[in-house]
Amino acid sequence: MSELRRPTAGTRAVLVFPLAMLGIFFLAPFGIMLATSFYHRIEGGFYEPALELASWRRLLQPVFVERTLFSVGICLLAGAVCIVIAFPFTYFLTRMRRRPHVTLLVLIMSALALSEVIVGFAWSVLLGRAAGISNVLVWLGVMDEPVAYQPGFIAVLLGLCYIAFPYCILTLYPQLSRLDPELTEAAQTMGASPWRTFWTVVVPIGRPIIMAGFLLAFVFTLGSYLIPTFLGRPEHWTLSVFISDQATFNANVPFAAAMALFLTALSLVVVGVVTLVESQTRR
Amino acid sequence: MQARGGLRLEGLVKRFGDVLAVDGVHLELPPGQLISFLGPSGCGKTTMLRMIAGLERPTEGRVYLDGEDVTDRPPHLRDIGMVFQTLALFPHLSVAGNVAYGMRIRGAPKRDIDARVNELLDLVDLHGLGDRRILQLSGGQRQRVATARALALEPRLFLLDEPLSALDANLREQLQVELRLLQQKLGITTIMVTHDQREAMTMSDLVVVMNQGRVEQVGEPLEVYRRPETPFVASFIGRTNILRGQVSDGVVRIAGRPFEVDRPLEPGPVAISVRPEDAHLQTTSTPETNALPGRVVFVRDLGELFECYVDCGLDEHVVVAGSPRERVNVVQGQPVSVSFPREACVVVEG
Repeated sequence: MSELRRPTAGTRAVLVFPLAMLGIFFLAPFGIMLATSFYHRIEGGFYEPALELASWRRLLQPVFVERTLFSVGICLLAGAVCIVIAFPFTYFLTRMRRRPHVTLLVLIMSALALSEVIVGFAWSVLLGRAAGISNVLVWLGVMDEPVAYQPGFIAVLLGLCYIAFPYCILTLYPQLSRLDPELTEAAQTMGASPWRTFWTVVVPIGRPIIMAGFLLAFVFTLGSYLIPTFLGRPEHWTLSVFISDQATFNANVPFAAAMALFLTALSLVVVGVVTLVESQTRR
Repeated sequence: MQARGGLRLEGLVKRFGDVLAVDGVHLELPPGQLISFLGPSGCGKTTMLRMIAGLERPTEGRVYLDGEDVTDRPPHLRDIGMVFQTLALFPHLSVAGNVAYGMRIRGAPKRDIDARVNELLDLVDLHGLGDRRILQLSGGQRQRVATARALALEPRLFLLDEPLSALDANLREQLQVELRLLQQKLGITTIMVTHDQREAMTMSDLVVVMNQGRVEQVGEPLEVYRRPETPFVASFIGRTNILRGQVSDGVVRIAGRPFEVDRPLEPGPVAISVRPEDAHLQTTSTPETNALPGRVVFVRDLGELFECYVDCGLDEHVVVAGSPRERVNVVQGQPVSVSFPREACVVVEG
């Protein structure tokens, strides 16, 4: 057996390609970012090689601490909202007859073709006063006059959920579509109503993928910067907006690099903590 | 207490699109017995079971449980216990958690649940394994957990959908006996779906033989074996020789030779079933009635069983089987005659 497992020259050669790709497109840029974050910034848009902590220290300013908390908070919330809707949605999708099942799936996946810019604009129109949803409500007699729902916190949350939702479904779909229907039938023969079956069988069995979908939505929304700028006021901007701000408008690349690395580390920490908690509480 | 779980099916029909899975089944099944639905795959037996469980809605017809029409009642209100083909054990729960599931749903007090779980685990010989995870169990143990889980709520009907199909042959035979003993001990009305005639013969009080969505024959296992009513039943339950011929002037003729059978027949085509072990091989001259001359095609001696294939000029070779102790020494190509005793000739058509 051990003979079989020992890597041969052939298997090593096969590894060269992925390793090279990883090195060129991930490790190298990451290293450059890391180095840049310690560079010295020159007023007027340039920076020179150095080893100073100025950019990192700036992260401790109250405004950035507050933005960090806000970013993590709203993205956790967006992830939670997404998964709460996506899980039952995907489950019932997989239990549908083939034709509506495939049609719905294709429709949802087609939302992936929309860029964040289009999604942001579309929602800003829909939530705006001039041609938005509130006009329909006025027409229906529910409201007296149209109002603008954006910019605002709810609008940002809605936009973030919208872009993360298809990814949530993509995470949940493979597992849920393979869920043995006899499991839920067994629960029903033992006296569980369909509702209780869902809560006592489908949700507990789906717990690992619920966590995976939630984390994916969280990480994905954390990187979004167009949605908060389109649909929110500055107080609704996430760290990602500040990064692009620093990099493009303030031309403070070392600080942008430091923030980007910080954000990466932060999302890794959140993913790690959630995964740990999940595996600890599983019986 | 009056026996529970008497079941009556009236004109049950189930269509899946263009496919007719169950085609007008009427059945009256007595309580307290083990009844097998036996048939080849695709004969509609599982669909029947699922309609009884409420997991499938009949296209037409009604299901009565203890005289009560339950056709429109969802499965969770039917008071049934079911073992599924995949067993469908909950991977997120322990053995005890699986067995306790139904009682938890009913909101039974924890102390009662624990006591009942222990009782059930004892019943299926899984004492002390309550804390195990399902993935840590062997195939046989999983089967027992599924059984205990299905029986936990003392259901009116115990339904088994090919419950032993995932197990290897030896274990399957052992669990067949165990399940049957358990059923007899509890006296619970049980319906089992199987395609294995041996399993049905081992376990059942009553066998319902199905083919192409219809019931071919209902009867006790031996009766179904000895007195099949259709060619399908005769060849599906055990092996048989189907001899086809004609009736004229009250005489059955097969390959031109007269046969005496167990009942008088109308003129026309006829089919007779004779089990291989009921046919006899002779090297002497062919008797006048109930015998066919032929030539030995193939001899198989398995040690416990001796089989001889004889070409009697019919569509298929006639198979003669018996204990090797009674073996008649023949060789390939030898002319012989095969006799079919009158009492072994069962008319299955005509």
